Amino acid sequence: MNTSMKSKRDTLNGVLFASPWILGFLTFVAYPLLASLYYSFCSYDAISPPHFIGLENYRIMLTQDSLFWKSLWNTLYMAVFGLPVSLAAALGIAILLNQRIRGIAIYRTIYFLPSITPVVASSVLWMWLLNPQVGLINTSLKGLGMTNPPDWLSDPAWAKPALILMGLWAVGGGMVIYLASLQDVPVSLLEAASLDGAGTWAKFRHVTVPSISPVILFNLIMGLIGTFQYFTQAYVMTNGGPQDATMFYALHLFNRAFQDFEMGYASAMAWFLFVITLICAIAVFRTSARWVYYAGESS
Amino acid sequence: MTLNTAAFRGGSKRITAASIIRLLMTHLVLIAIGLLFALPFYWLVSTALKPDSQIFAMPPVWIPHPVIWSNYPKALHYIPFALYTWNTVKICMYTVVGTVISCSLAAYSLARIPWRGRNLVFATLIVSMILPGQVTMIPTFAIFKWLGWIGTILPLTAPAFMGNAFYIFLLRQFFMTIPRELSEAARIDGCGEFAVYWRIVLPLAKPALVTVGLFTFIGSWNDFLGPLLYLNDERTYTLSMGLQRFVSQHGAEWAMLMAASTVMTLPIIVIFFLAQRTFIEGVTLTGIKG
Repeated sequence: MNTSMKSKRDTLNGVLFASPWILGFLTFVAYPLLASLYYSFCSYDAISPPHFIGLENYRIMLTQDSLFWKSLWNTLYMAVFGLPVSLAAALGIAILLNQRIRGIAIYRTIYFLPSITPVVASSVLWMWLLNPQVGLINTSLKGLGMTNPPDWLSDPAWAKPALILMGLWAVGGGMVIYLASLQDVPVSLLEAASLDGAGTWAKFRHVTVPSISPVILFNLIMGLIGTFQYFTQAYVMTNGGPQDATMFYALHLFNRAFQDFEMGYASAMAWFLFVITLICAIAVFRTSARWVYYAGESS
Repeated sequence: MTLNTAAFRGGSKRITAASIIRLLMTHLVLIAIGLLFALPFYWLVSTALKPDSQIFAMPPVWIPHPVIWSNYPKALHYIPFALYTWNTVKICMYTVVGTVISCSLAAYSLARIPWRGRNLVFATLIVSMILPGQVTMIPTFAIFKWLGWIGTILPLTAPAFMGNAFYIFLLRQFFMTIPRELSEAARIDGCGEFAVYWRIVLPLAKPALVTVGLFTFIGSWNDFLGPLLYLNDERTYTLSMGLQRFVSQHGAEWAMLMAASTVMTLPIIVIFFLAQRTFIEGVTLTGIKG
């Protein structure tokens, strides 16, 4: 009797305490998720009510909108070339910072600060640094003897690498997560490997990497999601140019929704993005069984 | 890679020439990369202090001479800085308060109250974290339009009172580590669930709550897409919005742009230095204890 009363009270309290989030989830996640699926089959301008047009948005998207494919390609470019580079840089720097030496806290701070700088401010700063004629990067390259440095954001071939470079400056967030996991790598394992005659690389490859693999997985998935939503830098710095070289998926979607007021079409794009994100996340998880090692699990 | 500090404390090992060279090399590498990270900041601040002739000088002028302070007041004059700062701070305050309250309540429910359906709610919460914001953006906009909230700060602040999956997750992980005996003892003393939450768990979770508050503040301060979607009146603009509009209107006024960006970045850096430890621990907690 007493226990059933307690469990009833617990259920009541549990729901009550969680109710702000449950309400928020229903209003700002569950309903919008279904509504945008419905909108994706509609012509909808946010003023008059949505009007059902079947698969028309998807047909236009896949067969007529060249900018859709361009933006998808640009975004995949960032995922395929930019993301691995920045994940590797974050790990490399974390390893470098994982040492007990004097002044390490100062180094960590300097490496971390760019990642919390407001994106609009850092975008403005990098527009200046990347300025082809008078920016610090090109004047330095010229000073080092390069006669013809790239035009960066004004050159369709160099605009995305320029944004990747800027992204490297802000790897601090991922770096700190790696750093914390590096500090949890069992010292006993490293010592045992040393006794067995393992060198620095062998220890890194066979002890450190397996130990931190769950965190690599975490950073990979978060990075993937972030890349698919890459928006502010492109909006502020290039607005998609030059020649659509930085027209990323989220930017194209935003323009269709809030400049052209084609909310139905933009919803179709959003759902396409959602499905791609899901497929990628599932694929990463599936393959992760082969390379992610959880301590305490028999392999 | 790790260097043995015992060598320098006069322990069993002696200082060898090799260990000194190794230490020097390590510092050199760290300083070289550190310079690459710090240089953009230096350029940001120094450009804002240069007269136009030196901004465009070739080769670049490293130290502004003479130092021109007037770019700061000029930038603050062009952008209604005080107003935008106030607008931003206002939004930050509401979101911080809302997020800390709502997330700690939900986290308490998920970590400390055994109830049926809890696992389902937790699983939903985790899954909702990988949902791209673009998917919910348009219907959410439609909801706020229907409420007549477009052009007000409500779409930016009200949702904060309904929790945030990441921070609920972070706080739940933290609440799990608080010994169960403490809440049991309080219950025996006659405390209700809310009293346990308020008097036992919250005070013990202060570091985690501060972390969530900090992240929320910085997230709000740096947010661009939200204000871009919902603020259409210049008088309600945040700093992010104001700076972006300034760029699109006066693209080439580099000294002023750098001055404005410096002023916008400074509070974040100050906050970071004040709460550095909490900060790093928080980033770690979100990433690791999964």
